[in-house]
Amino acid sequence: MTGLGRIGRLMLIGVPFVWLTLFFLLPLLIVVKISLAESSIGIPPYTPLFATDGGGLKLHATLANFALIAGDDLYLRAYLGSLGNAALTTAFCLVIGYPVAHAIARSQGARRQLLLFLVVLPFWTSFLIRVYAWIAILEPNGLLNQSLMALGLIAAPLPLLNNQFSVQLGLVYSYLPFMILPLYGSLSGLDQSLVEAAADLGARPLRIFLGVILPLTLPGIAAGSLLVLIPAIGEFVIPDLLGGPDTLMIGKVLWDEFFNNRDWPVAAAVAVVLVAALAIPVLAAQRFLEREHAA
Amino acid sequence: MALLEIAGASKRFSAKTAVDEVSLSVERGAFFALLGPSGCGKTTLLRMIAGFERPDSGRVVIDGADVTGLPPYARPVNMMFQSYALFPHMDVAANIAFGLRQERMDRRHIAARVEEMLALVQMEDYARRRPHELSGGQRQRVALARALARMPKLLLLDEPLAALDRKLRAATRLELIRIQERVGITFLVVTHDQEEALSMATCVGIMDRGRLMQTGAPAEIYERPASRFVAGFVGEVNLFEGELTAGFNCLALAVTGLHEPIPLPSGTGLPEGTAAALAVRPEKLVLSHAPLVGFAIAATVSSIGYLGGGSIIHLATPQGWVLKAYLPGTAAGSLGRGTPVWATWPPQEGVVLTQ
Repeated sequence: MTGLGRIGRLMLIGVPFVWLTLFFLLPLLIVVKISLAESSIGIPPYTPLFATDGGGLKLHATLANFALIAGDDLYLRAYLGSLGNAALTTAFCLVIGYPVAHAIARSQGARRQLLLFLVVLPFWTSFLIRVYAWIAILEPNGLLNQSLMALGLIAAPLPLLNNQFSVQLGLVYSYLPFMILPLYGSLSGLDQSLVEAAADLGARPLRIFLGVILPLTLPGIAAGSLLVLIPAIGEFVIPDLLGGPDTLMIGKVLWDEFFNNRDWPVAAAVAVVLVAALAIPVLAAQRFLEREHAA
Repeated sequence: MALLEIAGASKRFSAKTAVDEVSLSVERGAFFALLGPSGCGKTTLLRMIAGFERPDSGRVVIDGADVTGLPPYARPVNMMFQSYALFPHMDVAANIAFGLRQERMDRRHIAARVEEMLALVQMEDYARRRPHELSGGQRQRVALARALARMPKLLLLDEPLAALDRKLRAATRLELIRIQERVGITFLVVTHDQEEALSMATCVGIMDRGRLMQTGAPAEIYERPASRFVAGFVGEVNLFEGELTAGFNCLALAVTGLHEPIPLPSGTGLPEGTAAALAVRPEKLVLSHAPLVGFAIAATVSSIGYLGGGSIIHLATPQGWVLKAYLPGTAAGSLGRGTPVWATWPPQEGVVLTQ
């Protein structure tokens, strides 16, 4: 680092700092600003935060939007619905992803490359198109129902689409790779001699898993869970396309506030609460990961 | 009856034969060292005994029970890994207790055994430390304590001293011998370091390219090597290749480039005309400034390496050979680079090798 010099070091820290300020902090502050305004008809569709009032500059902020969110239990139910769906998605992804990641980490050479490639392959197609494909599969006269009926397993089409099932399926399908990849990283970095040592010391496979493999891959589990949980909470496309009238998720509420009601201040307030609600688990997990890393 | 009995064990990895028809028996209470160059199959053989590799053919019998098909956790064997393989998420005491907890031993017994093991390796003050807070030598002790805690019938040690620095290695060698005598468990050490094997073991097995070349007591291996490979691998050696011929009063070795054949020790029992090699250890060579009566090879000193306890002298002969001689103490003081000398040795100190 000493060879870099003072200016070099400033540049090194400065570039990402400026980037984050410009493209993350500033937009967030704008959202916070909008959340404190009142809705109005015009462009932009909200009142300015600072108004010139007879020469003096006057702050024009209101917490009414937050009061509205707190007052109407629709928002709370939407938050909890999102959280529940996302938590369930995370659990499913973990249960499905762990054995997959383990199998990939244990495979060798070309086979491992192929399996990793297959995990990443879905990203080569647009996310939206993949979700639409699920509609074609799950429809009453879609691929799955027709196959089942042709096989004589069912007499009438199963209600597979526009319900809780299809939303959950879509979420797990879409976010599974984000769970598998960090788990794979954790598992492939696991020193195999530790597993052998545990077996040598008399531990059966289940005890090896619970006593050695699982605790040592906790960082991967935490990272994968965050990568699934956070975006799944705010997910909009999947509940919109695969969900039914009873699907209540915060991403959809946000969309409706912005584009159907054109109530930007309330939408912004919803977003601010969401960010605050997400920041807490993220920071907690981060601290946990740092502690693990230090150990 | 031997504690460990391996009968005709082989293991192939795709095209390479790692272990080739190895039969070996290790006596109860022995300190057995498996010595060989890297890639000779000694680690694969060790992993077969531990249960990490299944032999393609052959059997592994421990204390009379065939364990060939048993998984590692069901074998009365424990292993100390080369990397130590200590669990990083557990402290020293938990590492040592890990194997005991698998046996569903009650807490008080486990605690007592852990204490006992910590005392054995003199690590009582480190029970609450995590592995990353320990030095290499301390980790090695914990690994040993963990492997011994279950009182296995056989302890396998994979290159136990390889990760330690030279000074610590010598001390640890003595420590291992002390601990082995104390616990009375049979030790099987895998090493590529001949000094380590010869100084610690009561019995040494030499492996090369998947085959077990020779087993025997350290002195026997060194003094009576059975093949060119063993003679060359264990210690320094001067090898003369030639053909057996009748000499003056005894059998001799006719070597191209030498005017007279080299007299051989009596009792080789080999017919004349056999192609053979004669192995002579450097310390058996006697150097003289004047020509000697009887067989001697003329040479000049090309280098002198002072080792503290003695010197290793490299000699260049007119035939283009390099001979190695070891002179104890300060006996090399009268020699300098370029000094002409005559080298000889008592015939019975040579070993005739046909393999």
